[in-house]
Amino acid sequence: MDIFETIVAEAAGISAESSLADVLSGRSDILELTEKSHDAAIRPKQPGGLTHSERAALACRIAKLNNETVLASHYESLIGNGLAAVADTEFDGGADNRLKAILRHTDLVTVDPKEAVSGDITALRSAGINDADIVRLSELIAFVSYQIRVVAGLRLMVEVA
Amino acid sequence: MSEPIKEFTTVIPFWDPRVTPVELEMATDEQLEAMKVTVSDTKIGAYTLALALDPETLQQRTPLFNGIMYGRGGLSRAETELGAVAASVVNRCIYCASVHSNRYNQLTKDETVMDSIFASGDGAGDDANIDPRQKALLNFATKLSRCPSEAVKEDMERLVENGLGMDEVLDLVLSASLFGWANRLMHVLGDPIA
Repeated sequence: MDIFETIVAEAAGISAESSLADVLSGRSDILELTEKSHDAAIRPKQPGGLTHSERAALACRIAKLNNETVLASHYESLIGNGLAAVADTEFDGGADNRLKAILRHTDLVTVDPKEAVSGDITALRSAGINDADIVRLSELIAFVSYQIRVVAGLRLMVEVA
Repeated sequence: MSEPIKEFTTVIPFWDPRVTPVELEMATDEQLEAMKVTVSDTKIGAYTLALALDPETLQQRTPLFNGIMYGRGGLSRAETELGAVAASVVNRCIYCASVHSNRYNQLTKDETVMDSIFASGDGAGDDANIDPRQKALLNFATKLSRCPSEAVKEDMERLVENGLGMDEVLDLVLSASLFGWANRLMHVLGDPIA
């Protein structure tokens, strides 16, 4: 894997010619695992109850909630037909109880995770989401939150390098 | 069952899952591989068994976690733990904060830094009674952990002014970011119990 072609390096604008190239190369294992984690969270071989397209739409929503436009565009390009609304941060799921529960949880854990309580997991279960899908959703939200911060940090490094 | 712990502590609690973890005897080959265990291994924690419900992600996350927290070179082990604690304070993940403040104290043999950080809350270390380099690290990691990130160029410059090399800065970015991930699992999927 070329670490300068990974999503985080490209989103931060760091190339093999960048002054930070050596520093990034020193942690090439982490960049590779970050890319593999992206694939595991966004387009897993066994997606369970969260389709690839739905995952991309949720990731796009999470990026928007973080004002992260570059990653939002990346995820937007992976959204399939009919799911664009899921990435709209004003949309609350409407009459779809399952989607409504997923969007509420995604917004809460993305923006204000400290406010999450056990009732939030109960609410997902009540909306028909099984425990494996609750963990899948949690990993998706948590991974994208990580990825967004890595990119934000790398961009600031570029500014002072 | 006792009530969940609400205040920061350096004493590591138990973690009580809110989802039903995988039963080790029932685990699939993929789940076992992701947990890096054999069926005879009985020490595997509830946290790993809960995350094994999504083995594909766990498979990548474990080596990523170990690489960031225990990788050679770059930021010292103790300062890497500081980044983890800063994120955990912002996200109020009592469990992660306890594990990593405990580890910090073991590494530095100095409990005053964590006491001061816990007492000052998530004010980016401004009120904490710690040295300027620690304050710069804490300030940056705290701001990066908010949503959206509030870290700006001046915070990064402050790291450099306090003697951090870019390799160390990268490790701090990775450690704080990693706990943006870990906190969103530990604090959301379970309770810290005394």
